[in-house]
Amino acid sequence: MAGVAGKFVKSGLLRVQSNGIIQQSHLSTLRELSVGKKAGLVVVGSLIGGAAGLAYTLDQSVKASGLDLHAPHFPWSHNGMFSSLDHASIRRGYEVYKQVCSACHSMKYLAYRNLIDVSHTEEEAKEEAASIQVTDGPNEEGLMFQRPGKLSDRFPSPYPNEEAARNANNGALPPDLTYITAARHGGEDYLFSLLTGYTDPPGGITLRDGLYYNPYFPGGAIGMAQALYNELIEYSDGTPATASQMAKDVATFLKWAAEPEHDDRKKMALKALMLFSFLISVSYYWKRHKWSVLKTRKIVYKPKSE
Amino acid sequence: MSLVAKLYNNVLRRSSTYALAIVTGAFFFERGFDMATEHLYSEINKGKLWKDIKHNYAPAE
Repeated sequence: MAGVAGKFVKSGLLRVQSNGIIQQSHLSTLRELSVGKKAGLVVVGSLIGGAAGLAYTLDQSVKASGLDLHAPHFPWSHNGMFSSLDHASIRRGYEVYKQVCSACHSMKYLAYRNLIDVSHTEEEAKEEAASIQVTDGPNEEGLMFQRPGKLSDRFPSPYPNEEAARNANNGALPPDLTYITAARHGGEDYLFSLLTGYTDPPGGITLRDGLYYNPYFPGGAIGMAQALYNELIEYSDGTPATASQMAKDVATFLKWAAEPEHDDRKKMALKALMLFSFLISVSYYWKRHKWSVLKTRKIVYKPKSE
Repeated sequence: MSLVAKLYNNVLRRSSTYALAIVTGAFFFERGFDMATEHLYSEINKGKLWKDIKHNYAPAE
């Protein structure tokens, strides 16, 4: 008798009930809410979504996205998820910065020691540092003196202060280039486009003296003249120094300067993704293993048989 | 005695040897894993890293 009753009750528990509610759906906390509370949740959700949409639209509306041209995405060799920077290009980019850009732009947060094992050997970096003169002191007589640079010295700035820089450049301040790829929308794509994008102003646009036309610069009128021309410098590794080659190399160099951890970061990503995908699969198996007891249990009411 | 049973009886059974196994296992795993990923990374980026162009500027060591 008991066996028959047990079978009957069991089959009743196993059958999907006619109103379509299966047992597991009782785990949901939403079921217990009243209609009013559910409606309240919907209202709160749509308010949050609407506010996010509004914030996004307002943010877009204040961006100067009128006539300025956005830089296209270039196929940088460091674009990939695990792709390092091209260090030969960094070295050439340093040559371009030193011979062209550094006439007006400082890179005051970069020291010569940072070049070691990135683009230069230690001896080369020492030579580069020794080629500049640094004011040091005071000495025993209380006087400042000049000495050749050391590895710990930062890159020299072309102007002593911002006012001097503006005065020498028609009122325009040449920005410090250390973190420039991080500080501009479009990063190295923008820099490359800017450096190679100088054109004559289109009809109807007249520029003040000392301003130049560049469609990639917000507003179009830029205080910097075109700096890169074919064969302007000579690369020490013999690469033909076309204007676009120099722009590409200096953009890579500045990308490294802004993100010196770039290569290590991508190597870490490789390690972390490998390790964590393994750990996730282990913990998924472990969870299934631990829950298998709960998931497969059946609670049976067995009436006491006479 | 199977290999698993041998492992259990000699290593995993006592907390002292179990902890030791974890520490030495971590050491060798990390060395191996680091070397493998370093190798993979320099294969992906062959020709672009500093160690690939260093010989152009430094005398061979």
